[in-house]
This record gives sequence, C-alpha cells and structure tokens, in this order.
Amino acid sequence: MNEQQQTLWQFIQQQAGKLQEQTLQHIGLTFISLCIAVLVGLPLGILIVRKKQFAGVVLGIAGVLQTIPSIALLGFMIPLLGIGPKPAIVALLLYALLPIIRNTYTGILGVDAAVKEAAVAMGMSKWQILFKVELPLAMPVIFAGIRTATVINVGVATLASLIAAGGLGEFIFGGISLNNTNMILAGAIPSALLAVIFDLLLSMVQKVSFKKLKRVVYAFPVLLIVLCLFYIIPAKSEGRLTAGFTPEFMGRQDGDLGLRSKYGLKIHTIVISDAVMYKAAFEKHLDVISGYSTDGRLKAYDLVVLDDDKHIFPPYYAAPIVRDDALKKFPDLEPTLNLLSGKINDSVMTVLNYRTDYLHQSPERVAKDFLVANKLWRPERGGNDGIVRIGSKIFGEQYILANMYSMLIKGYTDHEVSTKTGLGGTKICFDALTNNQIDFYPEYTGTGLLAILQASPKTVNEVTVNRDSTYNYVQRQFESRYQIKWLKPIGFNNAYALMMRQQQARKLGIKTISNLKQFLDKK
Amino acid sequence: MIKVDKVSKYFGGVKAVDGVSFEVGEQENLILLGTSGCGKTTTLKMINRLIEPTKGSIYIHGKNIMEQQPEILRRGIGYVLQNNGLFPHYTVAQNIAVVPNLLKWDKQKTEKRTAELMEKLHLDASYLNIYPNELSGGQQQRIGLARALVSDPPVLLMDEPFGALDNVTRSKIHAEFKALDELKRKTIIMVTHDVQEAFELGDRICLMDKGKIVQSGTPAQLLFNPVNDFVKDFLKHQRLQLEFKAIKLIDLWELLPELNKEAKASSFEAGINLWEALESFKFNNGETINISKDQNQIKTVSFEQLMTAFYQYKNHQAHE
Ligand SMILES: Nc1ncnc2c1ncn2[C@@H]1O[C@H](COP(=O)(O)OP(=O)(O)OP(=O)(O)O)[C@@H](O)[C@H]1O
Ligand SMILES: [Mg+2]
Repeated sequence: MNEQQQTLWQFIQQQAGKLQEQTLQHIGLTFISLCIAVLVGLPLGILIVRKKQFAGVVLGIAGVLQTIPSIALLGFMIPLLGIGPKPAIVALLLYALLPIIRNTYTGILGVDAAVKEAAVAMGMSKWQILFKVELPLAMPVIFAGIRTATVINVGVATLASLIAAGGLGEFIFGGISLNNTNMILAGAIPSALLAVIFDLLLSMVQKVSFKKLKRVVYAFPVLLIVLCLFYIIPAKSEGRLTAGFTPEFMGRQDGDLGLRSKYGLKIHTIVISDAVMYKAAFEKHLDVISGYSTDGRLKAYDLVVLDDDKHIFPPYYAAPIVRDDALKKFPDLEPTLNLLSGKINDSVMTVLNYRTDYLHQSPERVAKDFLVANKLWRPERGGNDGIVRIGSKIFGEQYILANMYSMLIKGYTDHEVSTKTGLGGTKICFDALTNNQIDFYPEYTGTGLLAILQASPKTVNEVTVNRDSTYNYVQRQFESRYQIKWLKPIGFNNAYALMMRQQQARKLGIKTISNLKQFLDKK
Repeated sequence: MIKVDKVSKYFGGVKAVDGVSFEVGEQENLILLGTSGCGKTTTLKMINRLIEPTKGSIYIHGKNIMEQQPEILRRGIGYVLQNNGLFPHYTVAQNIAVVPNLLKWDKQKTEKRTAELMEKLHLDASYLNIYPNELSGGQQQRIGLARALVSDPPVLLMDEPFGALDNVTRSKIHAEFKALDELKRKTIIMVTHDVQEAFELGDRICLMDKGKIVQSGTPAQLLFNPVNDFVKDFLKHQRLQLEFKAIKLIDLWELLPELNKEAKASSFEAGINLWEALESFKFNNGETINISKDQNQIKTVSFEQLMTAFYQYKNHQAHE
C-alpha cells in the first residue's frame, strides 16, 4: 500500500512557498503579456477603424495566430527567442491580441452614429473624438475583449512551464508525470481560481457606470503594471551553470531529490519540458539537463552523459505491462509481445531513437526496418478476432515500441489493433490502462517503482540493488495491487542521466556528477 | 448671411441634392421642407461640412466655407440633431460644456452661461449632474438645444429637432422656441417634413422635392401663390390651419375695426400669427384681446371680428 496517503491540504501546506512563487509567476506572466497585448492591440484596433482596408488583413492574421495550438506556438518560439519567460510572454501576447484588436474595432464602430456626428459637428478634431467620445463609449466592449484575453492567458500560461518560464504549470505537469494527483490539483485549482477571479473582477469593471469610468480608466493601467511586477524574471545567472530538469525529474528520488541528498548538488535550476530540453542544451540556453540514457537526441546534439558515481540512477528495464483480463481475453497476446524480449539493448535503442528524433524518419518505418532485420516481421494476417488497444507515452521511443507491437500482433495473431499513442505522461497512460481504455503499454521499472507505486525511500534503497530485484518487486506489487502483469523485459535499460554538451564538459573537466558538484562549489 | 450657390451632392448615381440655391438673411429662420429622402439633411450637412458638396459653393458672411478649417467653422455653427446626439457618458453639464471647452473658456464663464441657458430653457439646475438617459425625450432635446446655443453662435442648423417628440410636447416646445430671445438673434436653418411646424416656425420656407427646390418664399406665398400642383398638393392637408398660421395679425391690421375699448383683455403683438391669436381665446376668459402695433397703436378685437378680417383677406388674395 501507499506509504502514507497525503491529503491535498497537507501537500499545499508543505509546498506553500513553491505554490506562492508559482502563483505569482503565473499572475505576472499573464499580465505582462496582457499589458503588452493591450499596448499593441488597442492602437492596431484604432488603426483599422481609421484605415478599413487593413481590417481584413490584421484581423485575419490575429485570427490565424489564435488557431495555432499553444504547445506548437511555444515550440516555434524557442529557435527565435530561446527558452524562459521571453518566448512564453510573446506566445501569450499573440494569443491575447485577437480579442483585444477585434473588440476595439467593433467597439469603436458600434458607437452610435448620431453621437459621433454630434462630436464632429461641434468642431472636435479626430483625436478629440477618439479620446473623448469613441474610446470611452467603446470601453465596455474593449474591456470585454481584455477580459477574454485574460482568461485565455491564465489558461495558456500553464504551458509556459514547459519552456522554463515557471507558473502553475510546473505543478500540473509535474503532477501528471509523477502520478501525483495532489500536485496536479495544487496547480490546477489555483489556476482555475485565478481565471474565475480575474474574469469576475473585469466583469465588474466592465459594468461600472460612466460616472466611475474615468477613475477606472486611470486605475486600470496602474493595477496592470503592479500585477506585472509579480513576475520577477528568473534571469540566467551570469557565468554560472544552469540546469534544466523536467517536472517529473524534479519530484523523483532518482532525480533532483537524490541529486540534492546524495551529491549535495546545488545548481541554478529551471523547470522545462523534455520536448525542448535537449535543443535548449544544444543552443546553450541550458548547461546541464536531465535526459534519458537512450534518447536519440543525446547523439544528435553531441551531448555527453555524466558518470553517476554515487549511483542515484538505478538501472531499469523497459517492458510491456498488460492488464490481466486482456491476457485472458487474448491468450496469444503474451507470447507475441514477448517476441521482442531481449532483442533491443541500449545502443540499439539509442540508434532507433536517433533515427526518429533526429533523422525524422517515421516511427513506423524505423519499427518495420528493425523487425525485418531481426527476421521478426510477418505480413498482416488481416484477422478480425477482437481489437487489442495499445497505448504509448508522448515520446519517440514509445512510438517506436508501439509500432513494433502493432506489427507483431497483426502478423502473428488474428486480432485487430488500435493504437492510442501520445498519452501525455505516466499518470495519463497508467490511468488509461487501469480504466480499461487500453490493454497494454511499454513502461519502465523505475517509473513503476517511483511514480506509480510511490515506494518510500527505504523500500527504494532495498529493491534497487540491481535490475532484477527492482523488476521482481515491481512485478509482484503490480500484480497484487492492480492486476497488471509485467511481461519479459525488452532488454534495454532506460534510466535518467545528467547530460552536458560534450565540448563544455571537456573544457571544464567534468566527467562525473561529483566533478560537477566540485566545480559548482569552487565558484 | 448664408448663401448656398448651385450646390449638388451625388452619392454614386444618386443625386441627393441637385443644383440647390438659396440665401438666408441675418436673423432669419429658414425651413427646408419636403418628403422623406428629398435631400434636406444632405443640404443642411453641407453647410457645416459634415458632407462635402460635389458641386457648387457655400458662403457664410461672404466667406467660402471650403476655405476654412472645418473644426473652426463648426465651432461657430450650432447644430441640433433629430435624436439629440447627446454624449451618453457625459453629464448634462459636461454635454453643454463641450464647445466652451473646445474654445478654452474658463470654468466660471462656462458655468455662468450654462446656468443662464438652463433657466431660459426651463430646465431644473438639479439636472446638471445627471446623465442624459435619465431625462425625458423633451428634456433631452432641450439639452441638445442648450449645447448648440451655449457659445452663442450666430448660425444654428437644426435637423428635425422636434421630430421625436409627441404632439403635445412638441407644440409646447414650439411656443418656447418662438419665445426664446436667444433664437431671435440667430440665423437658423431648420429641416422638417412637418408642414404645420414649418408654417409655425419659419420666416421663409424652401419646399424641396427629389433634390431640387420647388418653391421658396414666405408661408403665405407658398399657400396663396403655389408655383405648381406639387406645392398645392403638399399644403392641402389641414389647409385652414395652415392659413391661420401663414397669416399674421399685422397682415389683417387694415381690415380690423378701429374701435378701441381699452378693455382689461390680454395683449398681443401684431407680429403673431392668426392661429396663435385664435388659440388665445381658448385660454382667456375674455371676449376680446388687445393687439398692439409699433408699441403705440392698440386695437381690441373679438373672435368674430378676427375671422371676418381673415375671410376678407383671403378674398383679396384670391383676386390678386
Ligand atoms: N451617405 C449616403 N450614401 C448614399 N446615399 C445617401 C447617403 N446619404 C443620403 N443618401 C441618399 O440621398 C438622398 C437624400 O437623403 P437625405 O438624408 O438628404 O434625405 P432627407 O430629405 O433628409 O430625408 P428624411 O426626411 O428621411 O431625413 C436619399 O435618397 C438617400 O438615400
Ligand atoms: Mg433627414
């Protein structure tokens, strides 16, 4: 059983400092980008009222920006602006533009024509009409746009944590990968609350009578700037090394916690998604990252693994985990999946990963080439004896494995296959399995031990003496707790590793994690 | 004072205004009258350059308006719109102070002038700090008038200023309008499609149709000497009432009996029209009223005597 079931409240109390920091960062991110969006969007909105021939183009571009998926937009920003707050703010700003421009435009156009005519007839100049008549009367509509933009920004800002800009997304995504519901809620509830509160506040602003409008118009920018100040931009400290760790790594014993307790490593750390981490290291935005030992990008970006001389990263097996009732339903599934066992060692996996991650070959092709080369491939039988559902997490290695399993099942059995690839993190994948959404997916013994079983440090110490003891422990526990079976290990061992750029490591003479600590302490 | 010279305005193929010419004298009240869509509003808006004419020119005080900066020109011309066009986000006081602020008056002067106008327009000073939407239509229209009058511009343009009001309110405002000394000093061009209103308020009337002026002249000229059937038809509705409004007591002066009773009846200037004189019998208990001309000549007449004089006058017109 879980060592002790922590309540959400206990978690929040324990992490109060972090929660406060993240909340303030979240508010800051939201409002800095909102501030800039207002500064850009309002004049643009006014411009297209004056020069209607541009209205279509400007609204069109802003509209297209809005439809780019937020993760993709953040991804586009990295080559241009690197990682951290800058690209996050720009991305948020782009999302906030459309509602502000559009509402400024429609708000001003919607001002009663008779009132505008009266203003002209009384001899007001264009600017006087704009500031004394059009803008004040369009203000409720413009505020509605700002309100929409705020709510969008509070939501999208959770993704900022994926590119090391902080915010409540750190808890949310950390929680998802660590299978920690309390952590997810500790991020999700405040961010939902922020959205509701800001929406409410702005809706009140929107409804104020003209009498108070003036005061609001002056107070609003001041408030906006104050809120912006919440975000103390986490500057990259000069001359020192910066580490970028995934949210999952931050919360694991065989991760940041172990680095601190066993090595005493103190390094300036930012939280980042593993999708962009390697590239950021390559582009020198980061110096040390938490990678996977079999990741293809290791090779692609010329990174080197630091030797884990105090053994905090125990070696782990990868193996498919299957629900017992699926094994009962498809008796030929287990032998089919076991065809792969022992076939892929570390270096083979790294090469396969390299081919998808860096050479951008499709996982399907890489999978087929491998099976053919190992004489495992067979043409599809085209049977229709039930559907086996395969899941995979959201990175290359898992895609390749899912494709191999799919081909094996189609070639060796009469079952059909449906694949649900790209299930966000461990939690999402594992929940899909226990909730009978999928039948199996490839998992790692280390993740099973730490993220799913959430074993206590004492247990971890006892069972991680070698690969097999970990495997046996995890297998037993999964069977009794979840009625899920670990099949035979595939062969490779995917563990966490600290990595640096080869060139920098050589220059600084860092080969092991202890070297790194000594180097950091010298400074 | 104002000279409109062969002015046309085309909207694409539509000739909204087609070669219109007229002049308005100092302190005269000219009415642009006509059916919907005949080009009245367009004509009016060209005078303060809300619309630029396609052809022709307009002079105010002998100066071509196209040679002046539009903002400066407009600050010297009062403008009253049909649905008042008050600024909903300004209080009544702020609305009235718009032009003074543009002219950079000091606060005291604006306040004094505002108070004066509020009184003249029978508006309670407590309205100053409320917003237009808290006022009735008639009150709003008066605020619109106050806003146009505040800087005492010599010229006033009005586009169906009383169009949105019910009949009772409208005739009340008409009476006030005529009594207002502020307006007597002004050159006014007013647009309306209401014939009664035109006859009641206008010194002269330009009757328009399809962008052109069909006839212009005093109410009596239009009524008794129409240039064509269009004018005759336009005025045939409630003709008797129009005739009463077109004829002033001064026109009947010679036809009224000389006898002078010096009764204690109410007194009127000979400048009022017959309609007003006849109406006054409704509200006064007396059998007769006193009419004064040039301040020293006074005649006392009864209702019947006025009507007799009216029929004699009409006969006379018909034979001319
Ligand atoms: N901005 C415009 N664009 C195109 N056509 C116009 C425009 N303004 C007016 N018109 C046309 O010009 C003609 C005269 O319009 P105008 O507003 O001057 O009429 P009006 O006499 O004031 O009518 P009403 O009594 O209904 O107010 C109409 O046929 C109208 O459709
Ligand atoms: Mg009109």
